[in-house]
Amino acid sequence: MATFFGEVLSVYSRAVEEEDDEDLDENEEDEQIRRELAIKREVHLQWRPEVSESLRSGNKLQCSDFIVAVGHNAARFLSVYVLTSANWETVGHVSLWNERSRAVIGQTSEESACVFYRHKDSPSVLICQVTGYIAEDQLFQWAEKVFDCLQQRELNVTVLADYSVADYKTADYVCSSSAPFLRSLHTATFSGQSVCQSLEQPNIVTGLPAAVLNHCQVHRIAAVVYQCYSDITGPDSVTMETYKPVLTKLSKSIQFESSPSTEILRKFVKTTDIQSNLYI
Amino acid sequence: MFVASEDSQPCFKDFTLVMPAVAVGNVGQLAVDLIVSTLNMSRVGYLHTDCLIPMAGNNPYATCKEDAEEMHTPAEVYIAPELKLAVLQIRAPIIQTKSKKFCQMIVSWIKDSGFSRTVVLSSSHSYQRDDQQMRGTPLRYLVTPSLQKVSAEALKELGWMEMERVSAFPGLTDANTEPRLCIPGGGITKGLYTDSCAEDLPLAVLLLFCSEGDNIPDAFTLINHLNDWLHLLDNPSQEPNKWKIPTSWSLLFGSGIPPALF
Repeated sequence: MATFFGEVLSVYSRAVEEEDDEDLDENEEDEQIRRELAIKREVHLQWRPEVSESLRSGNKLQCSDFIVAVGHNAARFLSVYVLTSANWETVGHVSLWNERSRAVIGQTSEESACVFYRHKDSPSVLICQVTGYIAEDQLFQWAEKVFDCLQQRELNVTVLADYSVADYKTADYVCSSSAPFLRSLHTATFSGQSVCQSLEQPNIVTGLPAAVLNHCQVHRIAAVVYQCYSDITGPDSVTMETYKPVLTKLSKSIQFESSPSTEILRKFVKTTDIQSNLYI
Repeated sequence: MFVASEDSQPCFKDFTLVMPAVAVGNVGQLAVDLIVSTLNMSRVGYLHTDCLIPMAGNNPYATCKEDAEEMHTPAEVYIAPELKLAVLQIRAPIIQTKSKKFCQMIVSWIKDSGFSRTVVLSSSHSYQRDDQQMRGTPLRYLVTPSLQKVSAEALKELGWMEMERVSAFPGLTDANTEPRLCIPGGGITKGLYTDSCAEDLPLAVLLLFCSEGDNIPDAFTLINHLNDWLHLLDNPSQEPNKWKIPTSWSLLFGSGIPPALF
């Protein structure tokens, strides 16, 4: 675009990519590269041997509650309040590659950015912690592949997701004392009572929580997303506490530690102390 | 893939489909929002596809507290049976590597559903116009040969301007290079048009040259232009507020400002 003074600026468009109007005359080689890249970006689910065996024989995971935590605070919240309190075991993880993946050789399932846990005594609750980045083109596939492994009758899905309060739109100014706070969005088949206010238009849910909601809405699965808008980017105990009312609601199906020891809290909050000394 | 939201499959036979192309300034999408909200159309299904970036939100057309809590997805189909009108709204950007696949999916869905005609509302970068495109109104149209056959009369009466083909090398007169169709910033518009020509689908493109910014006036221009043809509302230009702005258009420029600032 030429400005008033005549210099030519490249224009950013919020709706379309810049080079989409060029005719793509693709040759065989381009096609080949594209195909290989698509294969490399595929989402893979890895279950423990006994689980994958039962999946192979056509038995889907029997599960009444599926809890997904997206983001560091949501994931650590489950680690502190749920996963430490009882006999939880890792049953699988998701492995995927995208532009933000670091080349980690010999990564074990525990270190994966997306891990599934199940309670040893009551296996009807499945927990998934997602702390890594899933690219926009991988979200749909993630939801398809994960839900393909779950028995869908009477399934209840709960998603906890971290968001930044900067992304929250409201006519009134959000003062810093009101954050963190929860907002919910649920599918048509969700019949329960939400523990917080519903997400107001024009706010939307994006990323993995949106992919899960879309899948559940279309396939008529009861699902609810609780978005926690926080003004702190790192893990902190106040933001984690915000999710507590959700657990109280789920207390029928899972046990949780209502007041975790400081020792455990410290373990999970400390690990991401600011590495930089810029502001000291 | 089309998935019905109710138990029964909707019938689109002989319906007119209006859909946006995700394009510069989101003009088509805004115009479609105006149609759905003004005509109070009901949702009949979703296009569930991996070609769109996932998003979800509460009812964008909520009128009261009771109907606000209703989840909506990135691509949904609405109908107004009495007008024989169906509308596809697309609320998310298309994943760039999958735009071709998306085009094919839309074209085959249109074909299978038996729509009598399809109108694509779109836009194009105004700064990339050539000299001839800068003349007259910023509105242009394109029709596929199969729609031209049946709507030639009506289009002639409207006196609309057809989208000009531009030469590949402006200023050079080379007999070998044919002027070509070019819709910069139009997203899948050109793909949809050429695919529909190839498949012999009756499809029209209505587009507007615009720039990114507050594109609400552009949306009104485009929707009034469409209304001149389809007569969805009677004489909306005499009563400028006849189109109903949906609640989801609020706060387009961000949240409220801190009162302490003043």
